[in-house]
Amino acid sequence: MPVTKAESISVRSAGEVVGVRHLVRKWAVELGLSLVEQTKIVTAASELARNMIDYGGGGTMTAEALDDGIRKGLRLIFEDHGPGIPDLQAALRDGFTTGGGMGLGLGGAKRLSNEFELKSAPGEGTRVTITRWKGAT
Amino acid sequence: MQSIPILKMGSFLLVSIQVDMDDRTAMSLQDDLTSAIVKHRAKGVLIDISSLDVVDSFIGRMLANTAAMARILDADTVVVGMQPSVAITLVELGLSLKGVRSALNVERGMELLKSIARDTLAEADQADAGYES
Repeated sequence: MPVTKAESISVRSAGEVVGVRHLVRKWAVELGLSLVEQTKIVTAASELARNMIDYGGGGTMTAEALDDGIRKGLRLIFEDHGPGIPDLQAALRDGFTTGGGMGLGLGGAKRLSNEFELKSAPGEGTRVTITRWKGAT
Repeated sequence: MQSIPILKMGSFLLVSIQVDMDDRTAMSLQDDLTSAIVKHRAKGVLIDISSLDVVDSFIGRMLANTAAMARILDADTVVVGMQPSVAITLVELGLSLKGVRSALNVERGMELLKSIARDTLAEADQADAGYES
């Protein structure tokens, strides 16, 4: 998949989640995503960025603008080097949390995205990749 | 961190969130609102979120918690002006904001708060009357 533009930002504190939302919104607008598509991926990004801070000790988000000539999309990669997730199935279940949150972050982000990939192993950190395509339902 | 102004209108409090809140701003708004309810003996709180283009689970939880705390302090909360794209996203996220009353805009929200206050008064009067007879 041809990546036309990429940018990484570090996400270390809860205050930086706002910066993540602004960057994702800007790119989603540039790519021509509809207002609902923009809102979904910005919200998903907000959940995943907060997860990285709360559970991964902070990390980086990389945004990639995708264009294969037929369709355009926005891919976001959230990567931390925290303790990792021992049970991926449980982590994706709504209401499951090991912290003080509501347990909607991972499952919610998955529902708000067209493509979702979760890679994690205990002690090796966590990588979540989400993609939202323009015009996809 | 920004501070969000809380306006007093009669026995109601009015908040219009005009900034993209970080977590600390959201938490301090929750604290400020509960303090203001007690300080002003407010009967209702109206929160206008028409300027918010994102409500994630943290802000959603803050709204739900504020409404629950206000209820315990004998005040009703109405959230008004949610953008349609935000409503669609919230439901898909899995947050239905149960227990939070909503209205389309500030005007309707104020009407709702006034009618809740009237109903509560009428019920109290009825209860008093029943007690005497």
